[in-house]
Amino acid sequence: MKRFLIPLGIFIVLVGFLAVGLRLNPREVPSPLINKPAPPFTLPELTDPQRTFSQKDMLGKVWLLNVWASWCVSCREEHPVLVEFSKRNIVPVYGLNYKDDRKDALAWLARLGNPYTMSIMDRDGRIGIDYGVYGVPETYVIDKQGVIRYKQIGPVTPEILDAKIVPLVKKLQG
Amino acid sequence: MMRYVLLVCAALLAAAPLYAKQAVPAGDDPVVEKRAVTLEEQLRCLVCQNQTIAESRADLALDLKKEIREQIRAGKSDDQIKQFLVDRYGDFVLYKPPFKATTVLLWAGPFALLLVGVIVLFVYLRRRRARIVQTSLNDEQRSRAEALLSGGKDRA
Repeated sequence: MKRFLIPLGIFIVLVGFLAVGLRLNPREVPSPLINKPAPPFTLPELTDPQRTFSQKDMLGKVWLLNVWASWCVSCREEHPVLVEFSKRNIVPVYGLNYKDDRKDALAWLARLGNPYTMSIMDRDGRIGIDYGVYGVPETYVIDKQGVIRYKQIGPVTPEILDAKIVPLVKKLQG
Repeated sequence: MMRYVLLVCAALLAAAPLYAKQAVPAGDDPVVEKRAVTLEEQLRCLVCQNQTIAESRADLALDLKKEIREQIRAGKSDDQIKQFLVDRYGDFVLYKPPFKATTVLLWAGPFALLLVGVIVLFVYLRRRRARIVQTSLNDEQRSRAEALLSGGKDRA
């Protein structure tokens, strides 16, 4: 009887490891930027490239920074969720238009709706590197002190909004 | 003549992969290039995850290659460049992650498993040795064994 108990024990432990391991998403790499100040940038606005916007302009407010691009398939899936969310007026959503063509980006917003208070252009992806962007879309929650409090890798879904982002934003807004 | 032309075409086609390997934008400075490639071979591309930045053709990897070359030209050390990437993407970008609290299991785990294996083997061998009792054959058993052994020889 004891002979079978040991392999059975090992088997159960292995199943336990696999059960956890198979549920983890290897694409979600924990960001070292959580609880660090949002990397500084000054970038041209999408609609009016003459004007620039900086993360400093948002000090004192809680805001979302959503990295998107017209060439990004998952962004398209995420877009209606953001459009709906922006109508709830809970928190301003800013768009970081990542490595995109300005004309394409404007056409995309015109066609699918614009959930962003403002979008800024990161044409060469430099600021994307500073923010550790590797899988568009990505969404950052930034608090009143300009500190990143949460990062969503991949599309935001209504479930993630309700379970994580909205409660966090409400808490940060105080 | 036609055969000759075909042969030349075939040779050129066969040589194409040689050029393909040089498609990565080569820097003008071979020293910078060598350092950059050595660094890139130690860094993970976050888009393809199982490729190094050197191997990857992903957009992000190309941007990072550019960034690394610019930083080398700006006089940054290898460690500074690695730190720059770790600050943004985490230890995951390093193919050789540092030894620290969160990576103890990663580094020490295999040795711990090896140790467990050696202990199990040792215990098993000792128990087995204790179980083996020396027994001698009586005459009847010996003659049967000999008969069986010689019988095997006959068949062969």
